[in-house]
Amino acid sequence: MDDGQRRARAGDELTGEQRRVERRIAVALTITALCGIALFVVYFLGGQTQVEGALFAIALASLGWAVVLWAEKLLDAREVSEDRHELTSGPSGRQALEAALLEEAGPVLRSPRRSFLVKLLAGAGGALGLALFLPVLSLGPSPGRSLFETGWRKGKKVVDEEGKPVAFDELPDDGYMTVFPEGEVGRSDSQALLIKVPRGSLQLPADRLAAVPGGTHVAYSKICTHAGCPVGLYRTATRSLLCPCHQSQFDVLNGCKPYFGPAAEPLPQLPLSVDREGNLIADGDFYAPVGPSFWNRGKS
Amino acid sequence: MSVTEKTVKYLDERLGAASTARTLLRKVFPDHWSFLLGEIALFCLVVLIFTGVFLTFFYTPDARTLTYAGAYEPLRGERISAAYESTLRLSFEVRAGLIMRQTHHWAALVFVAAIVVHLCRVFFTGAFRRPRELNWVIGVVLLLLAMGEGLTGYSLPDDLLSGIGLRIVNAVVLAIPVVGTWIASLFFGGEFPAPDIISRLFVFHVMLLPALLLGLVGLHLAILVLQKHTQFPGPGRTERNVVGKRLWPEQTFKSVGLLLFVTAVLAGLGGLAQINPVWQYGPYEPFNVTSPAQPDWYIGFLDGALRLAGPWRIKLFGYEISELFWPAIVVPGIAFGVLTLWPWVERRFTKDRAEHHLLDRPRDAPLRTAIGAAGLWMFFVMFLEGGNDIFGVLLDVSVESITRILQVAFVVGPVVVGAATYFICRSLKTSQLHPARPNAGLALRRTATGGYETAPLDPTPAGAGHGDGDTARPAATVPAAEGRPPAP
Repeated sequence: MDDGQRRARAGDELTGEQRRVERRIAVALTITALCGIALFVVYFLGGQTQVEGALFAIALASLGWAVVLWAEKLLDAREVSEDRHELTSGPSGRQALEAALLEEAGPVLRSPRRSFLVKLLAGAGGALGLALFLPVLSLGPSPGRSLFETGWRKGKKVVDEEGKPVAFDELPDDGYMTVFPEGEVGRSDSQALLIKVPRGSLQLPADRLAAVPGGTHVAYSKICTHAGCPVGLYRTATRSLLCPCHQSQFDVLNGCKPYFGPAAEPLPQLPLSVDREGNLIADGDFYAPVGPSFWNRGKS
Repeated sequence: MSVTEKTVKYLDERLGAASTARTLLRKVFPDHWSFLLGEIALFCLVVLIFTGVFLTFFYTPDARTLTYAGAYEPLRGERISAAYESTLRLSFEVRAGLIMRQTHHWAALVFVAAIVVHLCRVFFTGAFRRPRELNWVIGVVLLLLAMGEGLTGYSLPDDLLSGIGLRIVNAVVLAIPVVGTWIASLFFGGEFPAPDIISRLFVFHVMLLPALLLGLVGLHLAILVLQKHTQFPGPGRTERNVVGKRLWPEQTFKSVGLLLFVTAVLAGLGGLAQINPVWQYGPYEPFNVTSPAQPDWYIGFLDGALRLAGPWRIKLFGYEISELFWPAIVVPGIAFGVLTLWPWVERRFTKDRAEHHLLDRPRDAPLRTAIGAAGLWMFFVMFLEGGNDIFGVLLDVSVESITRILQVAFVVGPVVVGAATYFICRSLKTSQLHPARPNAGLALRRTATGGYETAPLDPTPAGAGHGDGDTARPAATVPAAEGRPPAP
């Protein structure tokens, strides 16, 4: 059927089937229009998310239905075949391109000296490229010692999330709390968990045990050594810490060594002592860098 | 002169548009439901752009804190970041703001899903073969960009869940050997959590990644038009033609219809199905955490890989390879590397350098299908492990058991799934049955020229017993005079 015939056919009388389809399309379009008006009303009444969603969905689906019906039933939909054309331009076409690229570019690119100039050009480009890369270094400071150090120093007061000093006799048995160095509440790398365990239950080397006041008040970094999430769940029954992100589990009584999950390193212990007023203070920084692994972590 | 005539004349005299436009409008695209998957992704992108532009008018990419005094009572008086505050304002105080935000999030989920399913279609039908290798690579890059868009967008509200996600990303960057600490410090602007990261993610999310994404989508489509679409074998279809409907009017109407349906579904979800209720999570505090914690679905497999892997940290002379390196860098590196290079990997084995415009059915290439199924299985296991805490509660099984079972499934499963898929494909190829349809007594066979023919399964067809008139019908052989000989 050529275009002339197609045009002639457009003026033909509609069949009964086509008239039914037309009616259905008309209904669909009317629904869309009504939903559109309703959206106006809803919006100016102050908006309501669920009603807006429903009206939008109905309006769009109904319009889509109309369009698809139109395409399926009212268009002269026929399968046609189109030939594929060769994608390649063939050897001659490629030669012509190569000629245009090189041979017509003047003697510089063709002469024996070109390799020298081309090398120099690459060198110039490389040097300039590196220079242009320099501003990237402005994006952040050198990592330096930042990953090795936290806010804890010898003598720093242990405070809670409100910044209040923590007294030695404040924690109930098996109690635990998140603590920070005084003046640095909320500092990410310094967050630690203070846990009260039964006296004599800790299995730590003597020097580490000496940093546990009363043999009961032990503190560990709260940052998971796996991916850095806060190790938020303390389970008193097993005296274990669980990281909710990837389920690494740490044995509190045994130096917070990981015993299940992907974490490889224990949570570093924070050495503590008690000052003259009976408040907990730090006896130094954590025994190891806190948080997830990084390349030169062992070079502290 | 009618308006059409006037417009055509005006544009043709200035741009010479008439003949180009006519050629384009008369282009033929083959019809198959699976060819719409890429279109669904494209239409999600349209919705993402429109809703996303609206969101940028209200969102503030700023980590500085202020005291909340907005409409959401439970958080009043709390110190929260300006980014989080603007997200709350957008959700509760901007009219139609919440539906825009939720539609945007749903569209992102469906966008990546449509890309993945489209990629599976292209893979299992061999549509990536010569001459379409470049478009395959562009497609893989588009998937990565879409995931990057998802990850950066997810982090913008600065709620507790997104902050934890960002913390994990930081740990993964730190796990890059040798240069990880530098890259992390440069990208995040210092030790985590540095205040600059929110505004940087915003620039990535609304400028850099969308520019790349849109440019590559344009290229993806331009190459598609240039090379013409592939088609399934069938009556009259050969390697040298493309049989289908014209771009105008049939395909245009259908595509507009599909655009409207996709938008309808997304708007419906955005209005009726709550997603990412950031006000329930609270603002990000580096020492708080939620449980259970799950990322968006397309990052789930990576999170699952992190849960699945063991504590494999390697220490040498004071230097460390993180346990994150294997699941978070090596596994996705291999996965996306193999995916990108697949056309060339397959060619090494098949030695098939011929052009292909007719598609395979999955059974036509049993080994490819088996490898694809094994890869999907591994993806699926990682994805499941990403929700091990949720399944633990749902099934009343310990998280430890789920992890152990899935570790085994990750190692053994691909072999089993691959072998089973291989033999199913082989037997389907021999039996010529359709896997999902009842046996109608007819078999579809591929002809030497790449077409299909139907023939009775039973060598003595009497139509008896089947009760299906089809068996009595004479075998219809497809003439494929124009077909090229099959690839050597």
